[in-house]
This record gives sequence, C-alpha cells and structure tokens, in this order.
Amino acid sequence: MATEILMPALSPTMEEGTLAKWLVKEGDTVSSGDILAEIETDKATMEFEAVDEGTVGKILIEEGTEGVKVNTPIAVLLEEGESAEDIDTASSAPAPAPAEADSKETDEAKPAPAAAAAPRAPEPDTSPDWPEGTEMQKMTVREALNSAMAEEMRRDDTVFVMGEEVAEYQGAYKITQNLLDEFGSKRVIDTPITEHGFAGIGVGASWGGLRPIVEFMTWNFAMQAIDQIINSAAKTLYMSGGQMGSPIVFRGPNGAAARVGAQHSQDYAAWYSQVPGLKVVMPYTAADAKGLLKTAIRDPNPVVFLENEILYGKSFDVPVMDDFTIPFGKARIAKKGDDVTIVSFGIGMTLAMEAAEKLAEDGIDAEVIDLRTLRPLDYDTVLASVMKTNRCVTVEEGWPVASIGNHLSATIMERAFDYLDAPVINCTGKDVPMPYAANLEKLALVTTDEVIEAVKKVTYR
Amino acid sequence: MAARRTTRKPNVSADELKAFYKDMLLIRRFEEKAGQLYGMGLIGGFCHLYIGQEAVVVGLEAAAEEGDKRITTYRDHGHMLACGMDPNGVMAELTGREGGYSSGKGGSMHMFSKEKDFYGGHGIVGANVPLGAGLAFADKYLGNDRVTFTYFGDGAANQGQVYETFNMASLWKLPVIFVIENNQYAMGTAQKRSTSSADIHTRGEAFGIPGEAVDGMDVLAVKAAGEKAVKHCRSGEGPYILEVKTYRYRGHSMSDPAKYRTREEVQKIREEKDAIEHVRDLLLTGEHATEEDLKAIDKEIKSVVNASADFAKDSPEPHPDELWTDIITDVAPQNA
Repeated sequence: MATEILMPALSPTMEEGTLAKWLVKEGDTVSSGDILAEIETDKATMEFEAVDEGTVGKILIEEGTEGVKVNTPIAVLLEEGESAEDIDTASSAPAPAPAEADSKETDEAKPAPAAAAAPRAPEPDTSPDWPEGTEMQKMTVREALNSAMAEEMRRDDTVFVMGEEVAEYQGAYKITQNLLDEFGSKRVIDTPITEHGFAGIGVGASWGGLRPIVEFMTWNFAMQAIDQIINSAAKTLYMSGGQMGSPIVFRGPNGAAARVGAQHSQDYAAWYSQVPGLKVVMPYTAADAKGLLKTAIRDPNPVVFLENEILYGKSFDVPVMDDFTIPFGKARIAKKGDDVTIVSFGIGMTLAMEAAEKLAEDGIDAEVIDLRTLRPLDYDTVLASVMKTNRCVTVEEGWPVASIGNHLSATIMERAFDYLDAPVINCTGKDVPMPYAANLEKLALVTTDEVIEAVKKVTYR
Repeated sequence: MAARRTTRKPNVSADELKAFYKDMLLIRRFEEKAGQLYGMGLIGGFCHLYIGQEAVVVGLEAAAEEGDKRITTYRDHGHMLACGMDPNGVMAELTGREGGYSSGKGGSMHMFSKEKDFYGGHGIVGANVPLGAGLAFADKYLGNDRVTFTYFGDGAANQGQVYETFNMASLWKLPVIFVIENNQYAMGTAQKRSTSSADIHTRGEAFGIPGEAVDGMDVLAVKAAGEKAVKHCRSGEGPYILEVKTYRYRGHSMSDPAKYRTREEVQKIREEKDAIEHVRDLLLTGEHATEEDLKAIDKEIKSVVNASADFAKDSPEPHPDELWTDIITDVAPQNA
C-alpha cells in the first residue's frame, strides 16, 4: 500500500515549517534512515529521514514551500510492485492535529481546590495526642529524636541512618549518639562530605527496599542535594504511575543558630512545603519531635524533617509509652484563647508562646496553634480558630516573600473572609541574608516584641 | 558491508546470535517508529532515540541474571525493550496514554518496571548515578547477590555527583557497574571539546575502580566485557567501569539540527560499524541463518512494532482524575 509521508514536527513546539530542499526525486529508491529532505523550522534547518523502505512515487509539496503545516502529506512512498498510478491524491487531506484533544481534557480536569464554590466548613481533629493520665518524663528534643530513631531501628531492620559524622563522632549535634554502639557500622554510616551523592544513594536505597534516614549536618548543606530530594524522591511515585515510591527521611537542623552567618542560617520551611510528593515536618516540642520522627520513618513517602539547633537542648514533657507516634497533618493547640489566633511552628513557637504570656498580662487572650506538620497542613484547626477569634497573626523565622504565613493568609481569606475583623499579619524574618554582627542578627530575626505589636494591631489595642 | 575488525572469533551459538539480531532490530525499528509518531505529533516534548547504540544494552543484558537491576538516563527506550518490557506499554507511554508504563504521567524519559527491575529513565544528567549506587547499596545491605547496571553518557561523566558516587561505591564496595555509553557527543558538544581526557574508563583509577573500554558496536565484545564486570561485582570486589564506545545516528533529541557533525561522519559509521549489520554478517557468513530466515525475523519485528504503534494510538488518554493520583501513597509500592 502506498504510504503518505507527512510533514513532521521536529520540535516540541513546531506547528509549521518550510520545506527547504528535497534530497530525493520521484522514482528514487530509499531505505530506512536515508535523508529525504531538509526542513526549516523556527529554530533550525533539520534533516528528515525515511522510516520505511520504498520508492518515492510522487512529491506533493515542492521545495521552497513555506508555511507547510505539520502532518500535511508532502510525498508518497510506494512499496515493491506498486506504481505511481496507485496514488490516490484525493486522500491527501491533512490529518487532524492531535493537540485539540488535549485542551478539551484540561477543561474537564478537576479544578484546583481554590476554585471550589462554597468553602467547606472546618472540621478540626481535637483528639488528644496521648491518653489522659499517661506518665510523663522530662526529655530534651535531642534525646527525643535519638530515642525515636533507636526505637524504629529496633523495630525494623531495613531502617538505617547515614550522614556526615553520624557514627564515630556520635553526631555533629549528638542526635545519633550511641546508635553506632547499638546498631553497628552497617546501619549507622559515616559518609564523606558529599551531600548530593549520598542523598542520591539514599533515594536509590529506598527504591531497593530500605528505609533510609539521611542526616544533613544542617539543611543549608542540603541545597547541594535538593535535586535528589525533589526530582528523584518527591516526583518518582508520580512519574512511575504509582510503581515506585521513596520511603526516606531527610533530617537535620534548619534555620538560624547563633552568629553563624548567611550561608548557615536559612529556614527552608516554605521551600520544601511547596513541593507535591514531599511531606514536611517542623516540630517544636520534644514530644512532637519524637512522635513525628517515628511517624516519618514509617511513612512510605519522602519526608523532610526540619529540626532546630537552638531547640535541641530544650526540655519538654514526653509521654512514657511503648510506641508513641503523632500523625501528620494534625496541628496542636498549644494554648487556648478567644481574642486572637497566633499560628507558628518550629522555633517560631518560642516567640508565639512568650508573646501570648505577655499579652495575657495586658488582658489579651491569645490562642496559639503549633502547625507541627507543614505538608500536609492542618487548615481546619487554623480556620476553626480564626472563625472563633476573628483575628490571626502568623510567626515564622523564614523570609517574608512566599512564606508559610503568606499561604495561610491566602487560605484564611478564601475560606474565612467574612469572619475576619482585621487583616492577617505575617511576622517573619527580615528580607535580608543573615548578618554576622550580633546586633544586626537580632534585627534580622523575628522577635517576640514584633509578635506582640502585630497582635495589638489586629486587636486594635 | 565493509570488512570489520571483530575482536575475537565468536564462540557463540546460532540461537544466541539470532537473539541478538532480533533484540537489536526491535530497538531500531521501535525507535524509527517513535521518530515517525513524533513527526506526526503523537509523541510530544523531548524524545531521545537510541538508534546506533543497540549493541550496548543488548550485549549487557546478555551478561545479566534474574534480579539484577538497571537504571539509566533519558535515552531509555532501548534499555526497557532489552530488559523485556512490553513494547506496547513503552510506546503508549511515549504517546502519553493510559496504557503506558506510567499511565501516561511519565513520558519518554520516565518509566519504571519493578517486575523487570528497571528503575527508570531519569531526566537530570548524572542524577541516576548515585541512585544506581543506592540500589546496589540496598542489595548489599540485604545480602542479595545482585548487581546494578548504572548507565550514563560521556556527557554525564563530567558531573560532580558521578565522582561523589565513585568514591562511596568504592569505599563501600557496592555491586554496581557504571556503564558509560560514550556516543562521543554530549548533546552537541564533541567529547574532545567537553572532556579533558580521552579515556573516560580511567576516571575510576583515582578511586580504585577498575575500568575498561569496549567496542560498543560489537555486541559480542560488549557481552564479554559485561560478564567480566558482573563477575567482579558479584564476587564482592566492588564497582566496575565499562566505557562502551558507541555512536548515536540520530540527533540528541528530535529537535537537533545536527550542525555539530557532518553527514559523512554519520554515514561512515553506519556503513562500516553498524552493530546490527555486524551480527547479520556473522549469521550469514557463518551459515547460521539464511536471508529468508532474517527476512522472517524482520517481518516479525515489524509487526510487533506496528502493533505497539497501534496500541499507543488506540489507548485512551489518562482519565482526568489521574492528575491527582500517585502524589503520595499509603504503602510504598515496591514493598507491597
């Protein structure tokens, strides 16, 4: 059967082109791979090869013709035993462009949640994190993280921890202390200082049936590895149509410590929270650090676990339980109140709680919400609170542009606009790289006074 | 065909030679068809064809055993076909349809098959190298006697993470074979313009990783080198580097103007070094097969490829709901 040779698309965006030159003439025999013509696109002149063998029966488009639409028949190829008379020129209508089907499908696609007609009423999960009357013990965040890893490593042989100085040095911040002694060098692995490489090895190991915990000495260094975290870990489940997941935890201290300068003092909460396919956790208390890290290690998805160096040594009550976990996507109401909602997470909670205490002295009763998990984010607890207090202030250490606070403000506006008695204020770090000088660093960070001032503004005091 | 330097007299059965011929021909015809479907607008975006390099994967797959793993870059169609993945599923992924390996959500560069131990098509140059070492890490950790073939190009061989991986793979004696498919062009930049040393297989020396160069247009030489590398890795000696010298006949991707090399250069390799013609020649001169036998194989391959194209055209586009699935999971699918 005579086959039509169609004007090819030679780039992802090409719709038409110029048939610059024919390199064959009618009657020529061609085989697969022979160059038939030169075609000029908007980008370049390209050679066009035959994919079948046969004889060029007829050339339909003369060389030099401009604006030839993709899929227009440009020549006819004859098989063995056919002649030019077999060509049915009537069939030479351009094939329909398949692109049309796409736009139709897109219109039918599920609309983004933002476009929903009536906002869903919030249904916060108010269940307690542990049963009433549970025995409590004082524990630092460091001890809590350490015990979470040890417990999960005892529970599951495929869990291992790798990173810089996690084994013999006992952890740059002592989070992996004693793990080498208990679990040995097979499961507690010192890596060379090559974040990009070992993050990739971790992701590959997760595909191979293991549950890696990859410790970054700080999240600042993980910028070298961010391609593996996002392109390899977060996107593979989707790109594989659900065939391959990445059960891996990336953890380490995040944000400013004290006087360590611009390259060692960045909060990545908003960065990672933007990425579908990741789960993002940023605990404040020791109980949350423990319960959420255990959940993270068991989770079949890649988890970004953002800790804080200043919080490592801080003590909190932790429930004494055999197996204590905290689910993702559930915020914690750290203090109940009626006048204003203060939303924070991680070290920002220190300021939120201090501010709430001082505001109480002025007769302002703040409700303080600790988000704990940033993706999935517990919108319902925030919205229910804002609907009660009608005012909201967010607190975070990161930069102001495209911050978590910005995102919460937008969500509150969309779903609780009529409940607001004042604009939401976002208290954030300043829009500058972190300075070294002690006085400047203080100015760059968000402060308790700024939170108090913001609350007074939204409560019109 | 011009006289050819075969490295050694093949000690290979007629059946094996025929299988090589068939496997390589499937890749070539499949890729030609993919190019055609691209030209018709049925395949979109980036599409990198493997034509010319067929002997690399076919030779190395002949050295692999059940349970060995493979991972590669975005020029991945050949690897998938060679490890036994279904041409229909691969072609339907290229057209972005429901019947594709990733339900149409991955495309040419992103497909996986747990069943065939194929760990993807990856689009970021060099990124699949630590991932491959990670798969090998998992096998070693779990006590599996398996090796991972980690394929990348001469272009990727200049990425920093490749050397981070060489270091750790050697340090931890990971059972990974680094297969550098040197097709001589990093996209449009010739090796001599992008790479300071001519012999990429010696790049492991600083890390204590043995390496060798292989004629990648000779499937028997590739298989022999693969067997040696597999033996090294499987016996716990750590990683091995194979620099397989090959050649890509087509452009880097479909939108390659091919201005960086001459038509004569491509034509010369095609005429003198073609891997499929080589095996065809061995089959005929060794009287292992007749022209008729080979014609029958050609016909069979053509029908498999045409069927894959039909399947890829007929398979529906993914349901709009698929937009929102496979973002997070309740159970890691590979552990399910």
